Amino acid sequence: MKFSIQVNEGPYQHQASDTAYQFTKAALAAGHEIFRVFFYHDGVNNATRLAVPPQDDRNVSAQWSELAKENDLDMVVCIAAAQRRGIMDADEAKRQGLDADNIADGFRISGLGQLIEAGIESDRLLVFGA
Amino acid sequence: MATLHTVNKSPFESATFETCLGLAKSGSTVLLIEDGVYAATTGNSAADAISNAEGINFAVLGPDAKARGVESKLADGIKVVDYTGFVELAAEHDTVQAWL
Repeated sequence: MKFSIQVNEGPYQHQASDTAYQFTKAALAAGHEIFRVFFYHDGVNNATRLAVPPQDDRNVSAQWSELAKENDLDMVVCIAAAQRRGIMDADEAKRQGLDADNIADGFRISGLGQLIEAGIESDRLLVFGA
Repeated sequence: MATLHTVNKSPFESATFETCLGLAKSGSTVLLIEDGVYAATTGNSAADAISNAEGINFAVLGPDAKARGVESKLADGIKVVDYTGFVELAAEHDTVQAWL
């Protein structure tokens, strides 16, 4: 079955990003397809590569990056939500005249159309949030 | 059409569990996750609402109940699932509605 996942909450805010991650992992392990993971609202904060949590805590952003790498996941960050919160890839940083970018491996910045497409193309769309 | 409802807030914090129960149709399933697992514990008004709800199935995400120390306090008739079980429930139902 084809699943898509929407994450509306940032890392360490409460538990939604962790739940979404565990669900995605379990779905892949069961042989399902993950069409897309879409990060929206504060969920875009999952896409930073500059998070440095304490050593005895999980690194939520790095976990997503690793999962994407292992399973060739399409992880999309909403562009408007990302710009508000300072999540930038190299192209966007350049376009905005900024001196740095911070998007983590495996994430790409795109528009809300990608969420609509995920809803149309997937058998199920699950939303995790605050 | 069978719907899987996910509730992630404690019934003592938010009205989403109550609202969900009011709208859930017979044959659907309410899965309690994150702080929503408190609704599945015995000795409170939410547990009464669960036992009075006819035709609706209830499930609780086991790891979240365990993390909150309420694993042994879950009301009877509530199915305990792990993340694999969560995926199965999502696949078995026609649609998934998150109550945030």
